[in-house]
Amino acid sequence: MKRNRSRLHFEVIAVALALGLFGVPLSYVLTNAGKTSADAARMSIAPAAKTRYLANFAEVIATSDYMLLRAFLNSAIITALSILVLLGISSMAGFVLERRKGRTISWINFLILAGLMIPPAVVPTIWLLKSIGLYKHVMGLVFVEAALAFPFSALLYRGYMGAIPRELDEASFMDGCNGFDLFVKVIFPLMKPVSTTIAIITSINIFNDFVNPLYFLPGAKNATVQLTLYNFISTYMNRWNLLFADILLISIPPLIFFIFFNGRIVSGMTAGAVKS
Amino acid sequence: MTNSTTRLYSYYFFIPAAVAYVLFFIAPTFLSFFFSLTVWTLSDWSFTGLDNFRIFLTEPSLNIGFRNSLVYASATCGLKVVFGFLLAAFLCTDLKTKGFLRAIIYFPNILSTIAVGIMFSSLMHPSRGLINATLAAAGIRGPDWLGDPRMALFSVILVDVWKGVGIAMTIFIAGIQAIPTHYYEAIMIDGGSAFHKLRYITFPLSRSSMNSVIMLAFIGGIRSFDLIWVMTKGGPGFTSDLIASIIYKQLQGGFYGISTAGNVVLFFIVSLLAVPMYRFLTRVEVDL
Repeated sequence: MKRNRSRLHFEVIAVALALGLFGVPLSYVLTNAGKTSADAARMSIAPAAKTRYLANFAEVIATSDYMLLRAFLNSAIITALSILVLLGISSMAGFVLERRKGRTISWINFLILAGLMIPPAVVPTIWLLKSIGLYKHVMGLVFVEAALAFPFSALLYRGYMGAIPRELDEASFMDGCNGFDLFVKVIFPLMKPVSTTIAIITSINIFNDFVNPLYFLPGAKNATVQLTLYNFISTYMNRWNLLFADILLISIPPLIFFIFFNGRIVSGMTAGAVKS
Repeated sequence: MTNSTTRLYSYYFFIPAAVAYVLFFIAPTFLSFFFSLTVWTLSDWSFTGLDNFRIFLTEPSLNIGFRNSLVYASATCGLKVVFGFLLAAFLCTDLKTKGFLRAIIYFPNILSTIAVGIMFSSLMHPSRGLINATLAAAGIRGPDWLGDPRMALFSVILVDVWKGVGIAMTIFIAGIQAIPTHYYEAIMIDGGSAFHKLRYITFPLSRSSMNSVIMLAFIGGIRSFDLIWVMTKGGPGFTSDLIASIIYKQLQGGFYGISTAGNVVLFFIVSLLAVPMYRFLTRVEVDL
């Protein structure tokens, strides 16, 4: 009985700590996004006398000639296309990577593992993109994002392939399937769970990515949501209410993913981390 | 069967991946070795030998990034391992609010780094910021978190840990849940305490998740750029510059050769530290 009570105390302390360390910063952003600039400049967590979320959102959206709307569109396009390219290239690679053995495969595995660790070289990538005409072009960023997410995703596919029995391949072979038929008609549909997991995790990462758009997609026309948020720091000159309102707006898509797919995000991440 | 192997699992399946991966990752990496030895304007280059590296490693405003990046990577990695492990061990016990606590600690990961950086720039405001206001209420005079040259790097490290500890925790939880319960039953029969369980079972048997966390956090830390860029821009002065922020500054300044040399330095740090680290860690791993 006594033991139970001390455990309860412990739990209450833990919840209070978590609320203090994680809840307070988040609710600080949430309340201050609905204040006037003068009120938000006091940097207090007290609720606003009169909330003005809609007015702040409207002002953020209208900033720099409706830049945010274009940024949302750009980010959506970049994220969607990157995921398509990524799923295509890494599912095929993961399939053969798991099914074949030998020296060539070991080398390919090594190159993929290296990609998990080695930081990408910035200026040479810009130079390459320039020479093939894709610098400052949405498709250039799409290929870079897909290439950088490829190692993680290929390893997840390889891991998942291990659970798909080879007997299926043999049966399809007997039925006259070639490798391409086998992959398209049998294997890829069976890999749907891991495809979904990869799509969810990497789309949050790419949507939230700041670094690669900064390097490879400069220019106002091409702004992504994270670049826009970064540029608004100087536009708004410490008008924290608007910065926080912008943060709320651009966090909505990842938040929706988090609410609906929390379990998948966690399982995919741990599978990727614990297995490799 | 070998016949069907080569037919079914043709290397052709690698072609699309190879094109994207070689063109946009591997080729730039190899090119960086060459261009790091040149004065480079993107359209033209002239060979200068190891000059860029000499500048990168001797110029005080540049070589500070070398030290800072090592400090940053080790500190964020160490703190994430310690807190991530303790949180995971705690959140794998029988708690009513387990789900809530896991969710709120994981939550910062779905926010973008830029959003988190802006948020904490405000919270760490030297006079009015919520952190120092709270400290002042307790009679403590808080530091100038981001404006004091001795504090800035450390403050950003704390924010990085705040954002990333949820991932470490999640990986540890997966590892701890895979530990068979009969080990714990055995230590209970032997009269072991909660500390004994943690020290002699949970800790050694979550070795493989610990390796993943160490590798992910260290490599993430050594390449880290966006958080420091949005919070301090490497300042005050150059005191919180990381290798990656210097690479970007040199790129902005048009010193493409030096910028690329920075990338090559990063490449060697990762290869010389992370790869042996990975070997060492996986060797001491315990099988369940």
